[in-house]
Amino acid sequence: MIRVVLPPHLRTLACTEREVQLEVEGSPTQRSVLDALERQYPALRGTIRDSTTQQRRAFMRFFACEEDLSHEAPDAPLPDAVARGAEPFHVVGAMAGG
Amino acid sequence: MSGVRVLVGTRKGAFVLSSDGKREQWSVSGPHFGGWEIYHVKGSPADPDRLYASQSSSWSGQVIQRSNDGGSTWEPVGNQFVYDGVPGTHQWYDGTPHPWEFARVWHLEPSMTDPDTVYAGVEDAALFRSSDAGQTWQELSGLRGHGSGPSWQPGAGGMCLHTIILDPQDAARMTVAISAAGVFRSDDAGTTWRPANRGLRSGEIPQSEAEVGHCVHRLAMHPSRPDVLFMQKHWDVMRSDDAGESWHEISGDLPSDFGFAIDVHAHEPDTVYVVPITSDSLHYPPEGKLRVYRSRAGGDEWEPLAKGLPQRDCYVNVLRDAMAVDSLDSCGVYFGTTGGQVYGSADAGDNWTPIVRDLPAVLSVEVQTLP
Repeated sequence: MIRVVLPPHLRTLACTEREVQLEVEGSPTQRSVLDALERQYPALRGTIRDSTTQQRRAFMRFFACEEDLSHEAPDAPLPDAVARGAEPFHVVGAMAGG
Repeated sequence: MSGVRVLVGTRKGAFVLSSDGKREQWSVSGPHFGGWEIYHVKGSPADPDRLYASQSSSWSGQVIQRSNDGGSTWEPVGNQFVYDGVPGTHQWYDGTPHPWEFARVWHLEPSMTDPDTVYAGVEDAALFRSSDAGQTWQELSGLRGHGSGPSWQPGAGGMCLHTIILDPQDAARMTVAISAAGVFRSDDAGTTWRPANRGLRSGEIPQSEAEVGHCVHRLAMHPSRPDVLFMQKHWDVMRSDDAGESWHEISGDLPSDFGFAIDVHAHEPDTVYVVPITSDSLHYPPEGKLRVYRSRAGGDEWEPLAKGLPQRDCYVNVLRDAMAVDSLDSCGVYFGTTGGQVYGSADAGDNWTPIVRDLPAVLSVEVQTLP
């Protein structure tokens, strides 16, 4: 079970809590976790990564285990602690004012 | 008893202001989608309970919301706006080619006859249509593809398609406006388009009477007379009597012919409203006095309407989509400001009262007249 923490505005959009739990087959990656997240919460499609290019949106960040994973390759394995469910994968709105 | 519902889009959420036909007591619901920019909310003329809202943020992009119960509850629908084919380039601010990139939906225009059909005007400028109540969107790419697209340039607010006028007497005719490209008309339901800017003069472009490149801020039409269009341009208030084939200036005695919003009285097709703004660099009312100007002659002769509006130290702006009218008798007129006020007049502009004073900056105001 993968744990994902969402920023407040996306919790509201998805009508869910701060943390959601996802089933992801195999070794989890950013791509497989976000695919599972969007399947479970279709309202989030296009809000974390571009619907067409699948690129991370410029002001969204991915943190886990106190590391910034935003610039990691989408298919790179996530840390073991995330894969085991010991640590959550954080989706964070960047500090960009507004 | 009849009533009105005022749909307000702001920088930090949407608000619904409701009143009975007297328009004296108002209830306020919201913020809906708090924290998100709501560029526009509009109801279907064919089903007043069907509303569409454009919700966006710099962080999370575009969301389209739909309500089937007059705004009590909402559900996100489709948010994929993909340009048809190879998007190509338009001009950037410095004149260099810039790839077409979707940024946001500025304006939603539901069909007059089908609640499930809705048009979206977007930045970078293009027109999309949904025929399944917002679930999927298809570009009407003849607009960008008619030939002049590569020469379009953004205005200060972005290169947005902000006005969509559907002709109530001819389902095949549509007119749109883009900042800063100008007016375009289709006579075949959006398949092919041509510029409709003859008569416009703009000192901000190299050829002042060019076929495209004009910073048109807003168009308005009275449904009983669709061949007559009114325009608030960057500078100049303009009128067309031939559905955009040609334009002539009607700024007349306005204190400034710069502005954004323009609208037409619900029952008097020659009664027009504008809110003069000082200049393109001073986006606030002349002399710090917020005044709506009304012409009862279809332009040229204007009277200030100031009763109930601040007449000193007022430095707000009224944006292009932030004025609307109801169709009660007498006609109600509403507008919102960047200072968060929404003003209403239940007597065609003679007297104004603030419905709300302290919303986030208002981006858009629409009105539904309810049975």
